[in-house]
Amino acid sequence: MNTLKLAAWVTATLGTTLGHGAAVPDLSGTYDLATLTPLQRPAAFGNNKFLSPQVAEAIRQAEAQRKAQDSAASDPNREAPPVGGDGSPGAAGNVGGYNAFWIDNGNSTFQVDGKFRTSIITRPENGRRPELTPAGKKARAERYKNYRPNQGKAWWIAQVDEGGYGPYDDMELRPLAERCILGFGSTAGPPMLPVLYNNLKRIVQTDSRVMILTEMVHDARLIRLNAKHQPSHIRSWMGDSIGRWDGDTLIVDTTNFVSNPALNGADENLRVIERFKKQPDGSLHYSFRVEDPTVWTSAWEGDFPWPRSDAKVYEYACHEGNYALGNIMRGARLLEADIRKEASISEG
Amino acid sequence: MSCELKNPTLYSSFIRAAAGHSWFFENTEVALHSIATNRSHNTYATPACCLDALMWQWEHLLRSHHDVAKGRKMRISLLFGALFCLAMPVHAQDYIAPRGPDGVHPDLNGIWQALGSAHYDIEMHTASHSLQLRDGPHGPLPAVKTLYLGAVGSVPPGLGVVVGGKIPYTEAGLAKKLDNKANWIDRDPEIKCYLPGIPRATYMPQPFQIFQSTDSVFMAYQYAGAVREVYMEDPGEAPVDSWMGWSAGRWEGDTLVVEVTGQYDTTWFDRAGNHHSDQMKVTERFTPMSPYHLMYEATIEDPVTFTEPWTIRLPLYRRMEENAQLMEFKCVEFVEELMFGQWRRNPLPR
Repeated sequence: MNTLKLAAWVTATLGTTLGHGAAVPDLSGTYDLATLTPLQRPAAFGNNKFLSPQVAEAIRQAEAQRKAQDSAASDPNREAPPVGGDGSPGAAGNVGGYNAFWIDNGNSTFQVDGKFRTSIITRPENGRRPELTPAGKKARAERYKNYRPNQGKAWWIAQVDEGGYGPYDDMELRPLAERCILGFGSTAGPPMLPVLYNNLKRIVQTDSRVMILTEMVHDARLIRLNAKHQPSHIRSWMGDSIGRWDGDTLIVDTTNFVSNPALNGADENLRVIERFKKQPDGSLHYSFRVEDPTVWTSAWEGDFPWPRSDAKVYEYACHEGNYALGNIMRGARLLEADIRKEASISEG
Repeated sequence: MSCELKNPTLYSSFIRAAAGHSWFFENTEVALHSIATNRSHNTYATPACCLDALMWQWEHLLRSHHDVAKGRKMRISLLFGALFCLAMPVHAQDYIAPRGPDGVHPDLNGIWQALGSAHYDIEMHTASHSLQLRDGPHGPLPAVKTLYLGAVGSVPPGLGVVVGGKIPYTEAGLAKKLDNKANWIDRDPEIKCYLPGIPRATYMPQPFQIFQSTDSVFMAYQYAGAVREVYMEDPGEAPVDSWMGWSAGRWEGDTLVVEVTGQYDTTWFDRAGNHHSDQMKVTERFTPMSPYHLMYEATIEDPVTFTEPWTIRLPLYRRMEENAQLMEFKCVEFVEELMFGQWRRNPLPR
């Protein structure tokens, strides 16, 4: 009788285990997407998809050297930085920004099938986003109209006086990352792209769901398997993701985005198809296809590996510590007051 | 209905405890051990189930080891067994949840939500005029800032979820709670869409989802898109304090036990100003009660704020809609006007 019971238990357990996904790969794990390979291919590479091992090694060494330099102890007797910052572009510029401690953009370019790559984008052939549609161009021009380095002055005051608007008029005009609504650079996506830091992803997979947590800003995509999309008026920042298994590949289809999703330039007509395939070494091969006919003249595609990581995803509490947004707004009001004061003095 | 499943487990663990590796048990030991180690010990077994188990084992021994079963040792074992069974709590229940992805532990996957008004006030409370009050000519009235919400801003009554009824605050702790309550709209972190912390996340009036794979447990909350991983392998001490804390999980029978440390002192328990310090340790227990319910318990230890440990207990209900799912509630966007609106170039009336 015990033998029978044991047999029944073994059968039940095996049944449960099989039912929970022995038939499909388990993508659960933690992955680090950091890479030196850019989204868009530098024009110098033309249609060349691959880097020679020598060039890849040179890039790796140059980056290692740069990191070593940036990580070196500062000279305690150095001069104070110039007022308003050193003027260098990017996150490390202006009044100082981040030093190397905060930046985690990978140590090398990535390889797919043993070949180093020049870009994440593989289609179009030149490894760059396709040409914008006329409407896409117009929207882009509007978006960048007020984009310029900080000059320490309310340079926008003239256009404001002519009935226009300035870049700091309202919170809604600031980038999503500055508002702590989403991380920058489409880190949560979709498509989920590598960024300057906090590149960890955590996947927990069940029979009916695949959860993908993006470290920045603790954004969990809850992908429903074998489900239907939401009605078209139900829209969200990360869109509505449904998935299905095609053999051993997870295919995720995301639509129903808001009008300004994480992917730079995209609008509410964005549709992203992603494919996740587990590799023998435990990493994932991630590929995606972006369609947004109102913005781009054709679809574009890319792929890159998601290497496994032993790291834990720490909490990225952005909004709770967001002193920046309020200060950016307040700073703009102060700059405007300065320029008005100057004007009234010169008039007076 | 499921007594049979746990019979060998209960009986073998009792026998082992009472008589060590009894000689008469050898033949069935291998099978029982497999079952005992793979079927978790059920803390909610009933006396009836236990006696049933005992009789099952007794019959088995009679059949296969006739002489042994009649022996004095066995009779003593049986007597102890019966006493053990009868001593079991009668309120215990019989439910055995389906096994989860690892085939061993119960399946907690699903979308869960608390019902009730614990999110207003975890202590027992009557209904009141408003979330924030001021003195009126004939008793309390809504504070100015909550006045315009009318009945929507009033507080529904609640039976409370604190075991024993009252939170054992220190004198200073209670004073701070009352001050928090009087200044609720300026202080409650929920107003600013801040991450809720544990245990508050569990009984927010929005669902949360448990993702349980073979070796992982992860919880995603609809409110503020909060998340936490429950580390099922000892993650060590919290490396740094955070809003949602550092969760170390383990199974105790069919109960998922989670110890949460490393939480900031900035989160609250509810909208009534109940608070804690950064020394708080929360020990949570998630126990399946039926296919549709989990019992949730959280024991709060925080010697800075409370005179002794205390416990909240409430059921969590499975969301049963055919298309049940968490939706996006990124409330950060919804509080921008409140938090930063005054710094617009053209501020709106406030």
